[in-house]
Amino acid sequence: MAEEFKPGCQRPAVKKTVEQTSTPSQPIQEKGAESTLIKVGKPAPDFTAAAFHKGKFFNVSLSEYLGKWVLLCFYPGDFTFV
Amino acid sequence: MQALGVEVLSVSVDSIYVHKMWNTHELSKMIGKDIPFPMLSDQDGSVGKKYGIYDEDAGVETRGRFLIDPDGIVQGFEVLTPPVGRNIQETIRQIQAFQHVRATKGTEATPAGWKPGKQTLKPNPDLVGNVWKVWKVSEAFED
Repeated sequence: MAEEFKPGCQRPAVKKTVEQTSTPSQPIQEKGAESTLIKVGKPAPDFTAAAFHKGKFFNVSLSEYLGKWVLLCFYPGDFTFV
Repeated sequence: MQALGVEVLSVSVDSIYVHKMWNTHELSKMIGKDIPFPMLSDQDGSVGKKYGIYDEDAGVETRGRFLIDPDGIVQGFEVLTPPVGRNIQETIRQIQAFQHVRATKGTEATPAGWKPGKQTLKPNPDLVGNVWKVWKVSEAFED
């Protein structure tokens, strides 16, 4: 697991990917390109994000979970139903 | 999910501090303990955009659920608009099916309605056109 960090205003740097660097040259197709990024049978895009777990704050990268099954769940907001 | 050996990660645009408050003031009261998985914060929507589920108009993530295998490959996903919640049992069933297929190194497939204990199919040239002999349509609907 990644190193714990002190509460503050820092946020993990966005991981640059090949897709991201190539999209600015085609701004018109950006939306379409985004919606086709995820395909079953293809690698899940890696990311790093700040996390809260069992009283601690730390950064999590998806790549840390290689070798394990992962269920990644997005939801609209805290204090809503999930 | 822990019994299935699956690591859960939840993501929303809320800050990690709001995650802490939600866990403290509501979720821990629902389940009688702390949330057992990391709650991730995606305040600029960058993670959600990578997965195509970030709603830029509302500034929130929609209900996207992605099942990722140990090789980092997306095996399945489901995306719902905010008002409708998920069916956790179906997610568990899909995980069990994908884990079964992986355990058999792809020699077995799980037909419609499969769940643990039900019949699988072994794809091979002889099965083409003969599925009706070994698998009944009712299997897709029975519990």
